[in-house]
Amino acid sequence: MTNSKGRFGDHGGQYIPETLMNAVIELEKAYDFYKNDDSFNRELSDLFNSYAGRPSLLYYAQKMTSDLGGAKIYLKREDLNHTGSHKINNVLGQALLAKKMGKTRLIAETGAGQHGVATATAAALFNMECVVFMGEEDTKRQALNVYRMKLLGADVIPVKSGTATLKDAVSEAMREWVSRIDDTHYCLGSVMGPHPFPTMVRDFQAVISRESREQIIKAEGRLPDAVIACVGGGSNAIGSFYHFIPDESVQLIGCEAAGRGIDTFETAATVNTGRKGIFHGMKSYFCQDEYGQIAPVYSISAGLDYPGVGPEHAYLHDIGRAQYVPVTDDEAVDAFEYLSRTEGIIPAIESAHAVAYAKKLAPAMGRDKILLITISGRGDKDCAAIARYRGENIYE
Amino acid sequence: MNNFAEAFRGKAFIPFITCGDPDLDTTYRAVLEMAENGADIIELGIPFSDPTAEGPVIQGANIRALSAGTTTDKVFDLVTKIRQTVTIPLVFMTYANVVYSYGADRFMQRCRETGINGIILPDLPYEEREEFSAPAKDNGIALIPLIAPTSADRIAMIAKAARGFIYIVSSLGVTGVRSEITTDIPSIVRVIRENTDVPCAVGFGISTPEQAQKMASVSDGAIVGSAIIRILEKYGKDAPSHIGEYVREMKTAVQK
Repeated sequence: MTNSKGRFGDHGGQYIPETLMNAVIELEKAYDFYKNDDSFNRELSDLFNSYAGRPSLLYYAQKMTSDLGGAKIYLKREDLNHTGSHKINNVLGQALLAKKMGKTRLIAETGAGQHGVATATAAALFNMECVVFMGEEDTKRQALNVYRMKLLGADVIPVKSGTATLKDAVSEAMREWVSRIDDTHYCLGSVMGPHPFPTMVRDFQAVISRESREQIIKAEGRLPDAVIACVGGGSNAIGSFYHFIPDESVQLIGCEAAGRGIDTFETAATVNTGRKGIFHGMKSYFCQDEYGQIAPVYSISAGLDYPGVGPEHAYLHDIGRAQYVPVTDDEAVDAFEYLSRTEGIIPAIESAHAVAYAKKLAPAMGRDKILLITISGRGDKDCAAIARYRGENIYE
Repeated sequence: MNNFAEAFRGKAFIPFITCGDPDLDTTYRAVLEMAENGADIIELGIPFSDPTAEGPVIQGANIRALSAGTTTDKVFDLVTKIRQTVTIPLVFMTYANVVYSYGADRFMQRCRETGINGIILPDLPYEEREEFSAPAKDNGIALIPLIAPTSADRIAMIAKAARGFIYIVSSLGVTGVRSEITTDIPSIVRVIRENTDVPCAVGFGISTPEQAQKMASVSDGAIVGSAIIRILEKYGKDAPSHIGEYVREMKTAVQK
């Protein structure tokens, strides 16, 4: 699917300043070497299993299944990973690679704070310096995660430029990387940015579907009928889809953050409302105006509040292999509460977007069908914000 | 007319301005001042919402310009107006998405019609240039490449394919005023000279006449952006005459 320049169809590529070209070429070479290196892979597996708590459970959500009265629902529990989300999969991979490359400092962007926390965690574990860029708006929405990152020894830089959210945090991390390349690895948190990031991050996240495919076959003796995951940049979704892509009977569904609705300007549903463009190192779909100015997107979820989508998702959309559906704030908040009460599992507000769509889809599917939902993260971080959304002011 | 070789006959001084900061009329008057006071080439920035190669000063200019309602079409109208009096080469500096969104063919055609001679896209490296360089070439527009302190073994390849002039990035990092430039520019220039006759100018971090003189002495010219935006920040709509004075001073310095 990828050619030498990291293309997914027409999407992908390396649209970055010349200053960074040798750094990404060096990264690509290192990754191409280590991805086939037995000792690297053994080390990473050990970290996954003994540190991050993998494999993550595939849980049969019996109450949700009987309540919705349709397809049998399984939850892939990435929320049970160390640091509370799927982000640790990618971060352990990149941190280990950076260490092998002789880098001593990790920088990262973060939206909801999950990727920042995961990066700060890996930096602590590997004795590396860590600087996390986070939109100022998000540092307010996710104050607890800011504290966690600091506790882990990272510097958190609030980004005030632009809309002070995830896209601006990415821009600022890129600006920082351009100024300091020698000792610094940019630990990008999603399947986006210039090649090799979309491919490399996907490979590290593919552990999700490598496990879930085996787990569902063991539990049910067959493949699921649909796999659902939320999509911002799209790393948990591509990880959840990847090993099912060749299985054409498996429907792949990405849930985008529609914010207040795709017919409003307050949305972050990139595939549904955006068009093709070039930004943050890649060609893909972006929310933008007629002159290519990137749109100030909105979602209740800081982790999905991004105007672009990973190039492989753009490609899967183009060829019709995956389908991308919008889910509003209201639907996501309802699902957040629903899963908490029904299964005793508080999902991240990001993951709640996937749960929300599953709530619509499952009843329309027969009882003999199987639906697999990725719960990409845990929802503790979102409790204060959801309480506020419901008009209740609580203090963290 | 509009010949890069002509512009680089002596040492060139190349000022930059973000179009529409604080409004397009101010840009128009500033560009005329630049041309009258000895600018050899003028870089016109088309504002972009998320200019990832820029430091805080030019980021601010982009935001002000977009807030004032500047669009790509309005910038083309501005160029038409500038071309009624200004004859030196004019080059655009913007981001790939601005051109891609407009349609690279249509964009380059408008460049030709309005009198733009070249374009600089800081987020378009050598490997991705084809989609833009082909329509640029068809319309006689030079796609001006950048060479960075980290380019190393890439310099020869970039230089060989260069048209117009080569933009040497003086330092790591984003645009902005710097107190000191430590990159070994002469070594970069040496490799460029071995591979092309296309002239090269140094930019990023230059603000004083001393820095401009030093950078131009080891290359073919000096490019200044953030220092001019600072004059606009300070004087707003009254900035053009101050920009004119500054350009005169800098041009005198590079000729030393």
